[in-house]
This record gives sequence, C-alpha cells and structure tokens, in this order.
Amino acid sequence: MSDWKTIIGLEVHAELLTESKMFSPCPVVDSVEAAPNTAVDPLSLGLPGTLPVVNMQAVEYAMMVGLALNCEIPPVNQFARKSYFYPDLPKGFQISQYDRPLAVNGYIDIALDGETKRIRVRRAHLEEDTGKLTHEGDGSSLVDYNRAGVPLLEIVSEPDIFSSAEAEAYSRKLRALLQYLGVNHGDMSKGVLRFEANVSVMHKDDTAFRTRREIKNLNSIRSMVRAIDAEVAWQIRQYESGGAVTPATLGWDEAGGKIVVQRYKERADEYRYFPEPDIPVIEVSRDWVEEVRAHLPELPDAKVVRYTADYGVTDYEARRLVEDRAIADFFEAMLAEGAPAKQAVNWMLGGLFRTMNEANVGYDEIGRIRITPAMLAELIALVQAGTINNTTANTLLSHMWESGQMPSALVKQLGLEQVSDTGVLRETIETVLNANPDMVAGYLAGKDKLIKALMGQCMAALKGKGNPQAVTDLLAEALEARRQ
Amino acid sequence: MTDITSLTIGEILAGLRGRQFSSVELTQAYLDRIDRLEPTIHAYITVTPERALEDARRADQRRAAGEDAPLLGVPLGIKDVLSTRGVETTCASKILEGYVPIFDATVVERLYGAGMVMLGKLNMDEFAMGSSTENSAYGVTRNPWDTERVPGGSSGGSAAAVAAGLAAGTLGTDTGGSIRQPSSLCGITALKPSYGRVSRYGLIAFGSSLDQAGPMTRTVEDAARILQVIAGHDPRDGTSQPAPAPDYLAEMTAGGQRLDGLRVGVPKEYFVAGMQPDVEAAVRAAIAHLESLGASIVEVSLPHTEYSLPVYYLLATSEASTNLARFDGVRFGKRVETGDMWDNYRRTRALFGAEVKRRIMLGTYALSAGYYDAFYGKATQVRTLIKRDFDQAFEQVDVLVSATSPTTAFKLGENTEDPLAMYLADVLTISANLGGVCGLNVPCGFDQAGLPIGMQLLGPALGESAVLRVGHVYQTTTDFHTRRPVL
Repeated sequence: MSDWKTIIGLEVHAELLTESKMFSPCPVVDSVEAAPNTAVDPLSLGLPGTLPVVNMQAVEYAMMVGLALNCEIPPVNQFARKSYFYPDLPKGFQISQYDRPLAVNGYIDIALDGETKRIRVRRAHLEEDTGKLTHEGDGSSLVDYNRAGVPLLEIVSEPDIFSSAEAEAYSRKLRALLQYLGVNHGDMSKGVLRFEANVSVMHKDDTAFRTRREIKNLNSIRSMVRAIDAEVAWQIRQYESGGAVTPATLGWDEAGGKIVVQRYKERADEYRYFPEPDIPVIEVSRDWVEEVRAHLPELPDAKVVRYTADYGVTDYEARRLVEDRAIADFFEAMLAEGAPAKQAVNWMLGGLFRTMNEANVGYDEIGRIRITPAMLAELIALVQAGTINNTTANTLLSHMWESGQMPSALVKQLGLEQVSDTGVLRETIETVLNANPDMVAGYLAGKDKLIKALMGQCMAALKGKGNPQAVTDLLAEALEARRQ
Repeated sequence: MTDITSLTIGEILAGLRGRQFSSVELTQAYLDRIDRLEPTIHAYITVTPERALEDARRADQRRAAGEDAPLLGVPLGIKDVLSTRGVETTCASKILEGYVPIFDATVVERLYGAGMVMLGKLNMDEFAMGSSTENSAYGVTRNPWDTERVPGGSSGGSAAAVAAGLAAGTLGTDTGGSIRQPSSLCGITALKPSYGRVSRYGLIAFGSSLDQAGPMTRTVEDAARILQVIAGHDPRDGTSQPAPAPDYLAEMTAGGQRLDGLRVGVPKEYFVAGMQPDVEAAVRAAIAHLESLGASIVEVSLPHTEYSLPVYYLLATSEASTNLARFDGVRFGKRVETGDMWDNYRRTRALFGAEVKRRIMLGTYALSAGYYDAFYGKATQVRTLIKRDFDQAFEQVDVLVSATSPTTAFKLGENTEDPLAMYLADVLTISANLGGVCGLNVPCGFDQAGLPIGMQLLGPALGESAVLRVGHVYQTTTDFHTRRPVL
C-alpha cells in the first residue's frame, strides 16, 4: 500500500456575491430559490448585439481573494473567449481568463495533526457562470439562465495535495477565507462553491506523474473526501492488477458511494481561446492593489494569533472559533456585549454547541439561530452576578433556544432567580437537618461525605436555585452548631 | 417646388422648421417612392410604413408644440444588422428570420431621441460579410446607377437607398469597408467613424474589434449631422471612447472654403496595380483640386498595407467564428427541431449562407490549437505594425487620400464565383479598420460608363472633424455629390 503516493490538484469555482452579474447590470439572485429565467437580461441570454461590460466590484472581490491567498496581482489581466457548445452557454463561448489571469503564484497554509503544510495556488481567474439544465423525464431539457453570467472565480491549486485529509483541510481553509472576505457564503449544496479534484497516484519508483482523472459535481466537502478515497483506491487496484487508467471526467454518486465515469477524454479539449475583443485589458495599478489590501478584513490566521495572545484562549479553541466566519463573528459580538473571553469560549464551544448538536444545526448556522450573542453574554453576566447558578444557566439555555427570549426575562418569568437570602436558606437547612437526624449524627461521628448528600437535599428543597456557596457555608455552620 | 425626396437633411430641417411641408408629407413622399422603386432597387428587407407615419405624426406634433431636435421628423433607414426593438432584425440571414429584438441599438435609440422617423431596415450581405450585397438571403439590391450592377456591400441597401432617394440618410456598418465601398459604388457620401467613437451596443457583431456604425448620406454636412447624434461615450460598450464628441458642424466649417495649411498625404501603396484607370484619374484630379484649395500634397508610405487583406481575413473571421456561435436556435431566431439536441444545432446552423459558413470555418481554423500562433497570433502582431504605419503617417499629414474602391460598380454575379476577387474590392478600405482610424467616402467623378467614383479621406483616430472638413470644402467647390441617377 505505501508504495503509492496520492497526488491531488483542486480546482475551485466560487461565485462572487456581487449585486449584479459579471458583465451586465442584471441582478444576481439565489439560483436555487428564484423562479427560472426571472433574473435575465438581453446579455444573460446572449441576444445578438449585446456587449459585456466588466463589473468592477467582481474584479475587486477577485483581487481580495487573490491577496488573501498570498498571490501576486499582475499589472494587467485580460479576458478571453473559451468556445464550446452547450445549451446552458448562451453565447457559444464563455468569457474567462486564459494566459493573463488576475492572480498568480499564491499559497494556503493548512494545519494537519499539528503540522503546517503549504499548498501552492497556481492562479485565480475571473469568468462567468453558465445557466442550469434540467433534464425532463420525456427526454427534453429545460434551461434556466438566472445563473448565466454570475461572476465566478476559479482558483487552481498546484498538485501539492497528497491525501484526502489535506484536500479537506485546504478546502475548509479556502471556504473560510471566502466567507471572511464576504465574497461567497460557502454553501456547496446551492452550487455557489464547487470543487473539482484532479486525482492521480504515483508509485515510489515513478519519476513522472501518471494519468489523472477529474472528479466533478462534488456537493459537499465530505463527498469530496469520500470520492477521492474511492478514486485513489481504484487507481491503485487498477495498476496493481496490471490495468490502465485513461483520462476521464468523473462524477460522484453520493447515495451509492461510488465513482461514475461521465466521459472519457480521448483528446485534449479544444477551446480556441483568444483575447475577448469586446473588453479592453484591465490595468491594475500598484496603488489599487495596496488600497484593496489595506481594506482586507482580518483573516483566520491573524485571528488565531490575536485570540491566543489577547484573550488567553488556547490554540485549539482559537482554531475552532475561526473555522467559520459566523462563529468568529458570534464570539466577537459576545466580547462586544461585555462577556469575558474565557467564559464566552466555554459557553460557545460547550453549552451552545452541544445544544446545536442536539438540534442537528450546523455550527456555520450560528448566525441564524434564536440565541444571539447578546443573550449568551447576558447569561454569563447573570451567573457572574450570582443571580443564577450554573445548573440554572444550563436549563435557561434550552429555554432560550426554544423561545429566543433574553435570559433575564426568562429568569423572572420562570422564577429561576438564585436564592441567597440567608434567612430563607437557614430555615430550609434547619428543616432538612431536622428531617434527617441519622445523617446528621453520622456526619458528626466523622462521616464527612454525608455533607454532600445533605447539600443535595437542601438544593432539592430550594428547587436548585440556592446560591451554592451560601448553602455550603450555612450548612457547615448549622452542622457545627449541632456538635455541642 | 422640387421633389422633397431629393432634399438633403439640412434642407429638410429648414423646410420642416419653415413649415414648408410636414414630416407626415415628407414621410409619405418617401413611402410612395419606396412603393414605386423598391421592386427595381430592393434596398429594404423590411419597410415599416405605419411606424414611420406614426413617428412622423409625433414629430409634427412636437414641432407644433414648439419643440425641436437635431433630426426631428427626418426619415431615415437603418441597416438590418442594428437591433431595433419591435422591428424584425435579420442580418439578411435565414437564421434570424422572424427575430424581433426587445431592445434598440444605442445608435437607434439616439436617433429616435433626436427625432428620427424610421422608414425600415436595409438590405446587406448576410451578417455584413461581403462586398456586393449578393450574400443576402432576401435577394440582391441593385445599383441605382445601373440596375445590372451591384451596389457594393455589405451596406449595399443603405447606399442604394440614399442614391435612389428612398431615405434622407441611412446608417450602415463598416468592418472592412462596408460603409465606404458601397457609398463609392453608389455615388454617395459616408463616414466610417474611428473605432470606439460610435457605440456598438446593438450592432450584431461580425468582427468585434473592427465594426463601426456610421452615417450614409447625400452630403458631408448631413453625415456630420447624423454623426453628432450617434457619436459619444456609451457605458454599455466597453470599447467606447470616453472622450466627448466635438461639435462636428462647427469644426467642419471653421476653416471656411479654403484648405490652406492642410497637409494631405497620398499613400503610394494605395495606388495599386489593377486599379481602373478612370478611378485613378478621378482621384488624382481630386487631389489636384485639394491642392488648388491651398492644401499641400505629400507622398507618404504605409509599408505594411500589403498585409492588410490577410490580416483582416484572419482576425475578422476568428472573431466572427465565435460571434456567430450564439445563433444556435436555443433562445431566439429560427430553430430546426429534430428531436435531438446536437442535430438541432447542426440543422439550425445549416441556415447560414455559404459565405458565412466559409468565414466561420476560416476563423475556427485560425484559432485552432497548433495554428493559433501562426495565424491569429501573427495577424495580431502585424496589426500592430499597420497601426504604427498610420501613427507615423499622421505625424506628417492631417489626412490621407486615396480611391475608396479600385473599381466602379461591377456586374451582378461577376465576382460571386471567386471569393478572393470579391475580397479585393475592400483592399483600400480594410487598413482603416485594422488601424482604428476614421474614413470618409466622397463622390469625386464618374467613369466612362457613367458610374460613380469615390475618394477616400482617412483621418487619425477621433479625427472625424478633419476628414469632414476636407470633404465639406471639397463638396462646396464641386458638384459630383449632387448628381442623381435617373430612375
């Protein structure tokens, strides 16, 4: 088995969250939710006489991604026509970038088993998305052009990825970067982020790459990992049994857990690229690059450094917090509400994540749940002020999850305020001690552990709301009083 | 009173402003003339009489209400390669039969804004590919000076309509000479603006880096009036020049009737072997006339001219092969339904005419892997040299002068069997498109058979005022442009 090494290159297509399309003022809509062909204009349909005009917001977004990927931004980039025929491609060519991409020579550092590995990014270039085909049962097909012309950034890695685990780490990091930059929300199920893996294997005696096959239509990172593992196993089996691997485009059957061959590539694709005559070259001044760089938001790696240095958060905790922008945003919003960092981390990664797990809600949806950073911060404040204890706080969390009400309101509504009144506590303790003379006698005879049972009885009598420290102190005091 | 369909746009505007006739009367006169002459000339693919009269009524109402506009109530025709909302736009191709656009080309929108009355859509070579209008899927247009001859192309309908008095002016488009060459053959005045001066939005593309729309008229002054309306930056065209358009009429007349101090270049490469002797003689006489008006004549060289034709046929066809990929029957225009997607594609595209197919194949070949560097790549490099030729020439002179076409109008069918002979009809006009400069055709004589000869005036990029001025002064001192064919 270990005679073989896996070689993976990833191509990632990310739609950019611009207001309008790549080359026209037509609005961009959620292509899963919107009714078909409602976000189209003459250009999206490729009507004769229409001309593409570059959406500079898309260019800036692409530059942001390029800079976040540590790329060089060449002084000139240029669009090109890529010709092929398919009904979802309105003009019979796609406007893309070819020999003059917007960003080149970058990298992503991934952390895996405590080690950092650098994956080089070959290039990132802008293009337009295609429409979507739906094949009907009767053999006909329907085309929806809402997505046609949506800005798309293609990010191509070098073949530096040597396992599905590295591919996963690269993909998660890249997705997080796109979210941090606010240029893509990372929802693979809606196709706004699409991964393609070029997979080959290399024998330890090989001096050159072997044939690679390309896996497309991966609609989650989990699918990508499974697909890569299946493909690698297949290629090794194929070679070891004396078979051959021919170039092919593959799909992944998630339900069946298997690779499906979509088409064999008998010869190199012929796209007849040439410079797009309708769009002048885009000149990118160094001032422009620096201005975009200066406005980049804080990125995950920088956040990890800051969290560990400023908030005493562990490296592990910091990495979990920055894995998804929504989580980091939630954390920072809690700090802004005045929550102490350590408690905020504990409550987020502890109680809140457990609650979300139980409800089967993904952590990346933290921005859309009923519990807000302000609510969780208030919960911590209530505990710190002694208004409620930890047990009550955990109970409250479920109520907050259900109702979306502020914890202070729930405390009043449900009568959950902690009892610290010494008179009430003493009275309860006396009642409990009087009802349990055997245990009192046992304790006084030296069975120290019995105090915990008595404590439990007291808290039960107080319906869990007793101030634990006060009850502990007063109980010890009452027991000592009986020693005479 | 003279026939109102023989008036220039300047005279029409004066007549309308002086209430000598209404736009409805004028439009009706044009429609009547179209009824009478179209069976012979066939300049139009589509005539839109109801719409024209409606436009004219509205123009008269606006004028009655005290409004005015640069072309208020002036009946014009539009080449059928320009998108017109609600009016069938075919590019003279079967593949677009029945296609009714949902938007106006910017030039059409601007003409409407200036008060145009649209008479209809004019015939052309299919997708503007040709030099005789014989490549139209809707029948040939005949030259008003001799109906056995071609009007030139590809804007043959636009040129014939002006020559025959079937419109006060028209729009044509020019990728390699398609405005200038038919104007020369039909004895009218026409301007190909500099690349980027006039918006291409809504101009159905043939060669995207070469196409320009421009005015085709009876006089230089009329061309300037139309240019004034259609020129200027358009945010919908990324290759549109941001510089504002100057006041062409003012700049055109600024020097009075003399050309003192003007430097006129005569490119020696433009007096080619095989040029019709009558044509050369007429152009030499016109040059002498410019000199008599005070211009100094300088011989210049554009050394890369001989490469223009091959460079053009590589670049234009490469661009066209992708521009025409959208005509697939999926979203608009004709679709031949076969029950199989790939067969639909094949059968629908079979509707393209022979010349269009030939150019799609040429361009596809030129862009293919393994050939790209030798063909498209090399052609791009040579194009840079051709541009440099113009840059260097315009450091020495203000305008260049030559014949527009090496011959006068040829007979219908004369060149249809030999595409290469047809391509040579554009040999003097193509360089201007490659260089992005502007070019004006002005009538400058007649051959022994009485067919019109045209002089080409080339100016630098955005130098329209210079060529318009020379052309205007020439026309105020000659009368070739005032002669009309007998119909």
